[in-house]
Amino acid sequence: MTELWVTIIAVAIANSILKGAGPALAGDREFSPRMNAAISLLAPALLVALVLTGTFGEDGALVIDERALGLGSAAIALALGVPLLLAVALAAVVTALARLLV
Amino acid sequence: MSSETGWQARGSYLAGARAALPLALATVALAISFGMLARSLGWGTLAPVVFSIVAFSGSAQFAVAAVLGAGGGATAAIIAAVLLSARFLPMGIAVAPYLKGGPLRRALEGQTVVDASWALASRGGGRFDREYMIGATIPQAVAWIGGTMIGVFMGDVAGGGERLGLDVIFPAFFLALLIDELKNGGKRAALVATLAAILALVSIPFVPPGVPVLLGSCAVLMVVVRKNR
Repeated sequence: MTELWVTIIAVAIANSILKGAGPALAGDREFSPRMNAAISLLAPALLVALVLTGTFGEDGALVIDERALGLGSAAIALALGVPLLLAVALAAVVTALARLLV
Repeated sequence: MSSETGWQARGSYLAGARAALPLALATVALAISFGMLARSLGWGTLAPVVFSIVAFSGSAQFAVAAVLGAGGGATAAIIAAVLLSARFLPMGIAVAPYLKGGPLRRALEGQTVVDASWALASRGGGRFDREYMIGATIPQAVAWIGGTMIGVFMGDVAGGGERLGLDVIFPAFFLALLIDELKNGGKRAALVATLAAILALVSIPFVPPGVPVLLGSCAVLMVVVRKNR
């Protein structure tokens, strides 16, 4: 459990610093354009990695299971312009149904 | 401040809060699933709620749950969460000129930066509505913390969210954020996402859980370095 609390406290501190640093320090000071570009590209890189490891990763193995069906449904729904809440709920419902039926 | 601008500011807080209400509904659902997920990972009831109060970051908290839940260590979880929250740095810089007071006050106001509020408060051309952003964050914070509380207690009743398909809620949520990133990020974001996808998928069988996410983020370095050569 200590590992969890260390993580919680560290993430909270890091989050506050990341959110507060810009407003506290920015004014005259700016990052180099290259640094800014790198920071703005971090989100897509991390998000895609989280989507894929959360859907196809299982204890260090690459698997295709009911989660892939759920995520696929959400992807189609989002592509059709369905709101985030509904698309996310659809992913859960499809995955739950697939688990019930298999 | 004249009473007229005072009234305008108050209206702007309320307008931001109203705009964020539908999002707060989605936030409650995500927070419930976070609470249930955390509970199913054996975190108890206190830690997930404290986490939601002190971190107030869906993406970072789900990333921590994903890494720790998959058997990764604290270091991998912290690094994943920090990398995921790194976007708050440029977002904070962007809103900085519109926040009030000295460095400390601005740093405190900067804590209200969350993805949806930041996006809602953007007025184009790099301009931001401070009151609208803060107003939009309040219902989301209430929803996130309250939803986590509901989730950790539902965890008892439902006996784990996997049967309900709740384990795909966060990949689906990240997918929705990713689609937004790709819409606004242009060709470089698409290139980075493609590289990151390959790195993450290929590495899953060969490295400890949590590391594929970190390797995926290395795609940024590959693209930025290559571009500047």
